[in-house]
Amino acid sequence: MAMETFYEVMRRQGITRRSFLKYCSLTAAALGLGPAYANKIAHAMETKPRTPVIWLHGLECTCCTESFIRSAHPLVKDVVLSMISLDYDDTIMAAAGHQAEAILEEIKEEYKGRYILAVEGNPPLNQDGMSCIIAGRPFHEQLKWMAEDAKAIISWGSCASWGCVQAAKPNPTQAVPVHKFLGSGYDKPIIKVPGCPPIAEVMTGVITYMLTFDRVPELDNQGRPKMFYSQRIHDKCYRRPHFDAGQFVESFDDEGARKGYCLYKVGCKGPTSYNACSTIRWNEGVSFPIQAGHGCIGCSEDGFWDKGSFYGHDAELNAFGIEANADTIGKTAAGVVGAAIAAHAAASAIKAAAKKGDE
Amino acid sequence: MSGAITEDKVYVYEAPVRLWHWINAASIVVLGVTGYFIAYPLPSLSGEASDHYLMGWIRYLHFIAGYIFAIGFVGRIYWAFVGNHHARELFIVPLWKPEWWKGFIDELKWYAFLKKEPAKHEGHNPMAQFAMFFMFVLGGLLMIVTGFAMYGEGTAPGSWAYNLFTTWVIPLFGQSLDVHYWHRAGFWLLVIFVMAHVYVAVREDIMSRQTMVSTMINGWRYFKDNRKD
Ligand code: HEM
Ligand code: HEM
Ligand code: SF4
Ligand code: SF4
Repeated sequence: MAMETFYEVMRRQGITRRSFLKYCSLTAAALGLGPAYANKIAHAMETKPRTPVIWLHGLECTCCTESFIRSAHPLVKDVVLSMISLDYDDTIMAAAGHQAEAILEEIKEEYKGRYILAVEGNPPLNQDGMSCIIAGRPFHEQLKWMAEDAKAIISWGSCASWGCVQAAKPNPTQAVPVHKFLGSGYDKPIIKVPGCPPIAEVMTGVITYMLTFDRVPELDNQGRPKMFYSQRIHDKCYRRPHFDAGQFVESFDDEGARKGYCLYKVGCKGPTSYNACSTIRWNEGVSFPIQAGHGCIGCSEDGFWDKGSFYGHDAELNAFGIEANADTIGKTAAGVVGAAIAAHAAASAIKAAAKKGDE
Repeated sequence: MSGAITEDKVYVYEAPVRLWHWINAASIVVLGVTGYFIAYPLPSLSGEASDHYLMGWIRYLHFIAGYIFAIGFVGRIYWAFVGNHHARELFIVPLWKPEWWKGFIDELKWYAFLKKEPAKHEGHNPMAQFAMFFMFVLGGLLMIVTGFAMYGEGTAPGSWAYNLFTTWVIPLFGQSLDVHYWHRAGFWLLVIFVMAHVYVAVREDIMSRQTMVSTMINGWRYFKDNRKD
């Protein structure tokens, strides 16, 4: 059997040529490429054999899938789903049970080194991985097994990328992110697409890029695609003029909150969060948390559950395994030192006076 | 360092060290004050955003002072190589020398009012040297590294600060927020250093057997007596 191309697959799934071409220009635009790229994308999809995508689910809440299927443009959604839902995604595929598990085996053999492994969630390792069982086996076994012959891995969301809530302290199931589980010896690219969940357009953008251009998007040194994760929320936030002016929401129901001032003082983590929310926004570009009046909680950042309050910047430090609030310690220490200085100065003065008296 | 000093005066701090000391002190004061207001901004201003740039100016001042502090720091390291031997005391604490420890304990006793008289020191006394290295030099390095890493986040990928610092500092500390938190911890460390340092400098000036503050101004250490120890 000759290898099917993406175009053939789409046509088989009922997508018209017209829609296909429209999809190609939308994709070129979404990825920030010139109109000339639409033809290149079309050509690639008509000639290249399709790349299967396997979408595994570990310990997770399915928010990544939920986000993904709400991608802004209905056409993009249909096309992308038609491209990837073919093979294995236990949330949205048609097959079930042994039939579904057989697909994995088939893809692993037939497309050795040529399939993309998308992972939502992560493997828990405690109690031999009992906290997440897929098809009667611990998830970590399935993950390792499918990772062996993949071409590249996409770590969907903060779970697969960093660990997220199940890895928050004390991490009872010992959930570990995908790259840590596979270890530094793993030699295929791992693309992190963090966020809880990631933005739909970011997800479809990444996967479309990989499928159409048949290569990994340019990554930063932490493995995130540069085109979506090279700036902080704060850098493109529409409330930034209020930050620079020094106009802050002091509490959630004050005058400043009504006027749309900057949310820094109520704990906004926009200055430390790398994501595309302030440019792409959410739900077809309708809004994003800051626009709705709530600070960013930094959901795309490593360990964001364990960095102190969502409503302040209290400097929680974890040094040598000891949790501490740097500001509390700092203020206390400065107070103690100040008092000690005052007492010492007084004692010194008394001593000096006494010495003078002696002489 | 200590030992038998019988001269009336010695030339200790060369002009570049003195100049650096005061520029450095001024930059740290500016950094501390502006830094505090970055962490805990002033009450909100009313009116249009376009009428004000308060936070912007505070951050701008912080960054200028940050550059001065960092360039001064590098210059001071250079001077440790070409200056007199006192110029190296800031960076090399001879923890391996028993006599240094003797001096350290001696100084502790003087501060605990267990000694009537302190020893004389040409350069820094061992306790001062200890705090200068472990609090100021290491703390200052932490501030420069974390400071420029955060600065690079704002100047974006491709800028020198991003390439030189942000790229490796953020993963080293965890994530961006951790870098901010360590920068704040360093702030408190330096606040405490400066409090103690200024107190001790003034106190020694009055109570020790040698000049202090004027030494950091004109470079000469005058001794108030010429007894051997
Ligand atoms: C003695 C040295 C310094 C002190 C005491 C100091 C103090 C502070 C403090 C208290 C903060 C607030 C921390 C936070 O809440 O995020 C801060 C932020 C910052 N500092 Fe420094 N700092 C020092 C040196 C530097 C240097 C050398 C740089 C390099 C340019 C620098 C750049 C920054 C930046 C970029 C921020 C974050 C500003 C923002 O998020 O808007 N700092 N500093
Ligand atoms: C932010 C404030 C300050 C900082 C960070 C600071 C830091 C330092 C450092 C690092 C040294 C060692 C110099 C070297 O070996 O090159 C030093 C020495 C000295 N500082 Fe400061 N200083 C500050 C403010 C002051 C002030 C306000 C005074 C005066 C009251 C002062 C008086 C001195 C004196 C007298 C010495 C020489 C000490 C000795 O000979 O052992 N400093 N300071
Ligand atoms: S609301 Fe948050 S992201 Fe926006 S300017 Fe203020 S601190 Fe930055
Ligand atoms: S604004 Fe912040 S917390 Fe909200 S979705 Fe974006 S990165 Fe996550």
